[in-house]
Amino acid sequence: MLRFILRRLVSAIPVLFGILLATFVLARIIPGDPCQAALQERATPEACADFNERYGFNDPIIVQFVHYAGDVFSGDLGDSIRLRQPVTDLLIERLPVTLQLSAAALFIAVVVGVPLGVLAGSRHNSKTDVATVVGANLGVSIPVFVLGLILQYIFAKQLAGTFLALPASGQLTAGVIPDPFYEVWGLPENPVFQFISNIDTVNAILIWRWDIFWDAVRHLILPAIALSTIAMAVIARMTRSSLLDVLGLDYVRTARAKGLRERLVIGRHALRNSMLPVVTVIGLSLGTLLGGAILTETIFNITGVGKTLFDAISGRDYFVIQGFTLVVAVAFVIINLLTDILYGVLDPKVRVG
Amino acid sequence: MAIEEIPLSEAKVVEAAPGRRERGLWRDAMRETFRKRSARLGVAILGLLVFIAVFAPLLAPYGELEVLISSEGLRPRAEPCIHVSVEWIPEVPVLKQAKSFLESNGFSCPSDQPQHLMGLDGNGRDEFSRVLYGARVSLVAGVAAVSFAVLIGTFAGLVSGFIGGRFDNGVMRVMDVMLAFPALLLAIAIVTARGPGLFNAVIAVSIVTIPVYARVVRSRVISVREQDFVTADMALGVRRRRILSHRVLPNSLTPLVVLATLGIATAVLELAALSFVGLGGDPDRAEWGRMLALERNQLFTSPHLVFYPGLFIMLNVLAFNLIGDGLRDALDPRLNK
Repeated sequence: MLRFILRRLVSAIPVLFGILLATFVLARIIPGDPCQAALQERATPEACADFNERYGFNDPIIVQFVHYAGDVFSGDLGDSIRLRQPVTDLLIERLPVTLQLSAAALFIAVVVGVPLGVLAGSRHNSKTDVATVVGANLGVSIPVFVLGLILQYIFAKQLAGTFLALPASGQLTAGVIPDPFYEVWGLPENPVFQFISNIDTVNAILIWRWDIFWDAVRHLILPAIALSTIAMAVIARMTRSSLLDVLGLDYVRTARAKGLRERLVIGRHALRNSMLPVVTVIGLSLGTLLGGAILTETIFNITGVGKTLFDAISGRDYFVIQGFTLVVAVAFVIINLLTDILYGVLDPKVRVG
Repeated sequence: MAIEEIPLSEAKVVEAAPGRRERGLWRDAMRETFRKRSARLGVAILGLLVFIAVFAPLLAPYGELEVLISSEGLRPRAEPCIHVSVEWIPEVPVLKQAKSFLESNGFSCPSDQPQHLMGLDGNGRDEFSRVLYGARVSLVAGVAAVSFAVLIGTFAGLVSGFIGGRFDNGVMRVMDVMLAFPALLLAIAIVTARGPGLFNAVIAVSIVTIPVYARVVRSRVISVREQDFVTADMALGVRRRRILSHRVLPNSLTPLVVLATLGIATAVLELAALSFVGLGGDPDRAEWGRMLALERNQLFTSPHLVFYPGLFIMLNVLAFNLIGDGLRDALDPRLNK
């Protein structure tokens, strides 16, 4: 088991290095002068010369890369040129927002998708089955941003004033600024606490303010639903087809022949074995969620990783592009790695192969 | 014991009965695919979209760039106006709601007003005509992106899998790195690097999907390479290129066809997403993603300008998804019972 995990970890190293190189190259090939973008009308030739010197843009490209790699390993991702703030600080502020959104979306996707898939699979060709398949097809076909806009229109416009109304944008109602929990508790400020306090829902619970918690949740519902549909559809579909596969196996026939009730056949025998591919799909959909977060955050005006990246690209904020892309890609690799390892834990056959 | 040696120049590749098995496979697959109602629906939707795209100039009442405000005294973002009356619907509770819904979507429009099935867009152009013309861009762009990706990906997979060794390792690591980024993020970065526009968006979407095809083809190459008929070819001295094109490629075709069909659906989604964030599309062409993006801030006042393009993007994606699923079920030998 340990050897299997080690082998997977080692195989990720060249990919991680490739990511480091790719983010560096990506930030460089985006056209436009960073000095021009950062200083705008104040970008005189002297100011630019000084600027390029300060940020090391005059060094040979190899030297720049070595510096970059060294900085990354010491935990320094550079400063945002436009926001004049370390990129790591930006990450501490905005990564939690995206994490909360993705986690909420994944939660919805799993909680709705798996039972739907089981229901559809265990009643093959029934109305429930057909409805699930049709729904899943629609779910993977509707663009995140179209669904997001439709939800906004329904819940923030048509249902405005009713008890079902939900806010169309933002993370909290304007003016609501919750105290970070470490201040309330009198703890020292450190990056980990800051990171946690930026997860609005968690922070609200920690400071015991249920009104703020409810406010955060209400803002989260629409974007999370919009983001979850594709993952939900994929999970439901995979659960269904995997369960159908397993239900055709001999040992299930044996279980039925024993006279076991159908609920037990599915619950105790078939379901566990059919969950293997579902785990992979759940892991993979986390990646799609990160990509979809860019669109969702733009529509719902949420300042998370996606929106920051998008603003950084249009503003040529090199270090933010580099840093955020790096973090997203590394997160992606780690998620895939964990999925792989989990798969190995669940299925001994994979470990050997 | 002397074995008679055949000079290599005289060795011939014996073709299997000319393509019979293959034709059978594809014909079976077609029949199997069409047996499914969902796949038939997909083909029907796609057929409709292709019809719209081909005959857009005949179907559309106005041009895709024709500005109507000055000529007809209309305001931009005018509501839809449809000359079909719904007055006959009786005033009973449920039907009343349906009636008012239809009316708010332009039904029962007095016939002295010019008819605009989907209203006017922000520049005072007929939305319905633009939606029809939009089918052209969407279909061509999606298919083009995938064709390019399949071409490059197949080539990379074939060569990499057949040469093997360090070269193979290098190519696959590059593919791994590409797959390590969320596709949309990578596509956004590429378009930003090359400058926004429809063509660059197609290239970007294409590049980010290359690894998918390369991987599949490579894995087929590796399994086919070990088969007896390839060993026999090699022993006979058949040239590599011929083995690749006549042995390995036909055996990789089934997964490629399925993946490519489903890939068009993803490509259409990604192209629309790129347009949505302002990086794709072409101001001289009606394109659904861009139409929707331009009007998204008017969502609450003119929802029709967001919903209709959105609906058509969805139909387009749905069609390819349904056909792709049908093909997969038909071609996957595991499912043939």
